Amino acid sequence: MSAHANAVSHHSEAPQGFIRRYIFSTDHKVIGVQYWLLALVAATVGMILSWLFRAHLAWPNAAIPGFGGVMRPEQYLALVTMHGTIMVFFVLTVAPQSGFGNYFLPIQLGADDMAFPTLNMMSFWITFLAFLVLIAAFFTTAGAPIGGWTSYPPLSAVGQIAGPGQGTGETLWVVSIAMFCLASLLTALNFISTTIEMRAQGMSLMRMPLTVWAWFVTAVLSLLAFGVLLAAGILLLLDRLAFTSFFVPAGLVFSDTQPALAHAGGSPLLWEHLFWFFGHPEVYIAIVPAMGITSHVLSNFSRKPIFGYKAMAYSLCAIGFLSFTVWGHHMFVSGMSPYSALAFSFLTLAIGVPSAIKTFNWLGTLWGGKIRFTTAMLFAIGFVSLFVTGGLSGLFLAQPSVDLPLHDTYFVIAHFHIVMGLAAIFGIFAGTYYWFPKMFGRKMNETLGKTHFWITFVGAYLTFMPMHWLGIMGALRRYADASAAPYLQHMAPIEHFITICAFITGAGQLLFYVNFLWSLRRGEKATENPWNATTLEWSIPSPPPHGNFLEVPHVYRGPYEYSVPGFTEDFVPQHLAPEQVAKAGGD
Amino acid sequence: MARTLPTTEEPQTAEVAVQDAGIGPGGGLPGGWSGEPGGGGGFAGAVPQRAYITGMTMGLAAILMFFMALVSAFIVRKGLSTDWQAFALPPVLYLNTLLLLVSSVTIQMARGKLAREDMEGFRHWWFVTTALGLLFVGGQLLAWRQLVNEGVYLASNPSSSFFYVLTAAHGVHLLGGVIALVAIAFWNWKKAHITRSTATEMATIYWHFMDGLWIFLFLLLKLGQ
Repeated sequence: MSAHANAVSHHSEAPQGFIRRYIFSTDHKVIGVQYWLLALVAATVGMILSWLFRAHLAWPNAAIPGFGGVMRPEQYLALVTMHGTIMVFFVLTVAPQSGFGNYFLPIQLGADDMAFPTLNMMSFWITFLAFLVLIAAFFTTAGAPIGGWTSYPPLSAVGQIAGPGQGTGETLWVVSIAMFCLASLLTALNFISTTIEMRAQGMSLMRMPLTVWAWFVTAVLSLLAFGVLLAAGILLLLDRLAFTSFFVPAGLVFSDTQPALAHAGGSPLLWEHLFWFFGHPEVYIAIVPAMGITSHVLSNFSRKPIFGYKAMAYSLCAIGFLSFTVWGHHMFVSGMSPYSALAFSFLTLAIGVPSAIKTFNWLGTLWGGKIRFTTAMLFAIGFVSLFVTGGLSGLFLAQPSVDLPLHDTYFVIAHFHIVMGLAAIFGIFAGTYYWFPKMFGRKMNETLGKTHFWITFVGAYLTFMPMHWLGIMGALRRYADASAAPYLQHMAPIEHFITICAFITGAGQLLFYVNFLWSLRRGEKATENPWNATTLEWSIPSPPPHGNFLEVPHVYRGPYEYSVPGFTEDFVPQHLAPEQVAKAGGD
Repeated sequence: MARTLPTTEEPQTAEVAVQDAGIGPGGGLPGGWSGEPGGGGGFAGAVPQRAYITGMTMGLAAILMFFMALVSAFIVRKGLSTDWQAFALPPVLYLNTLLLLVSSVTIQMARGKLAREDMEGFRHWWFVTTALGLLFVGGQLLAWRQLVNEGVYLASNPSSSFFYVLTAAHGVHLLGGVIALVAIAFWNWKKAHITRSTATEMATIYWHFMDGLWIFLFLLLKLGQ
């Protein structure tokens, strides 16, 4: 038996001074928090935007403060465009991956930082600048872009002539997204390199926590997808600024007085393919980290190993791989060959298989467990519920024949909000409540947290479930004013209901802000391992010191050794040598 | 009586566990090591040199996807359109291709000199490679100038649009490579964590990739005419 006295870790010097410690820091923990805070700000902005356009949808003839009277259609479109862009990129791609991933990937692997800390810092600041560039679009003369977060040409490609906000506003949008792509690519290569090369002794691939697997798969998706969006964005910029015709067809006329543009021969479909080749992996980038967090939290608070660890890891890889093959399901109405549609449909349904395996395994983890209903656990269970609900509507949309009438209706809005806007957000909340003690050395208030959970869970379902019905009845998305369509008039009460639920649920988030801020200062002090967890982040002080580990960590077992027979405690941490773990005593 | 785990699940010592797993950190990869402390796992603060090569490989995967997006756009746009007009590729492109091919040879020679600790030789061939890279970029700009003189601009035709976009994208990446070569020539290795050997290996992989990519793009552009 070898000596298990671990070598003392030697770290680089801790940085001095406020700027080096908290602003331009290369420490992955600081960068993780910076990303998380950026996502919080972005989510707040995105949520406020949604209240504004939801108010208009419920009361189309009411004057909205700040809009100079009744909201005009182009103002509405600008709001939904910016809401979508901010939420998808700056919240859902940032918080679960760049936020929690940066903070906890190195620690869970037993590393003292990412492989490339300086690159990491650059990634954050590029992302931050990208956010500023995007927000700047609001302050241009003609306002924010109106092309949707998907920015389809020709609307997005021809400049100011297409509408308010499509001049400078749209250009700023494209530049912002291009910057975001670059930052994401750098982050992805950092995550992958760290996972492959910087695991502690004993941390084999099959002993990595599922959060690490999730961040790794997400990073691979990011690495391969963001380059495509960057290329598409550059071509779009050239169409806008250099009069090329990658995406702009010939003969576009905008009014009786405007002559046809000089562009010729381009194809908006080309943009759709390029965008969605990125766009589909992107939505998996948004959800996969939350899946990892859910597995992690469910296991911890069920006091049971995750059911089917290997299946979970392989399912993540399968989901990742398949996510690159299904992009056409966003384009069923584009006039594609029915045979292509068949192929995309089949693959889309196929991706439901690993997703279902994961869902059953989450349920299997809960089954027979000694469940502890902490706030983090509630949000993790909520994730499973929302993922199933949102995933089921996806199965409908995966059929081309069903998608034909449902495309661009509120049914689609319901689907993606429940999976992304709700499930993924619940994953972020679960991670926040779970890891707050580690990050800040104090626990968040459980009463406030549970109240926050219930308001959000019930409110979210109430807000988004009726949208399925609206969609089936034919309510179209991106329509500012449904008053012109008589068949939509009787849906007005539903629009009211949704808006009011959205306001209440949004207001409920105040509990989270208050809890977060209050707990930073006044929360109950947290020990090293308040959740009696097994993974490496719980073997170091809360908050972790510079360099994370005081001793070089060694890993002796898998990540979810809960309730193992023969031990005194109901958990066996990964880092404890066998002789350090108390075995069960005599009968 | 103390209950222990059934024998099949006997907790193992670290070494046995690692051997049984057959892998350590870097698990499963060829040349993965057995995981002694200080070798890379339990590395106590040091990023293994191998991580830089992995990072470069991942970066190249991302760059490859970027170019494949442009290439697929090229193929689709060419196939869709009735307005694709071929134009004569400036002959200087052949010279540029040759320069780049030679530079791949010279960078490999530089690496060989470094391995044999012939610093004079290393510096010489590294300089030659850098010069060839700069000549290549200059040659590309010359090709652009020639096209402009013939009235072939970025927006003239989809065929010219793609020509400029593809050559510009490649040229920018190659220029990045040239900057890296210069940086390596002047870097303070004593203060750096990365070794000169690793950095030159990274740069060489990148350089060969850019060379191969150029051959591919050049053939594609020729096929487009």
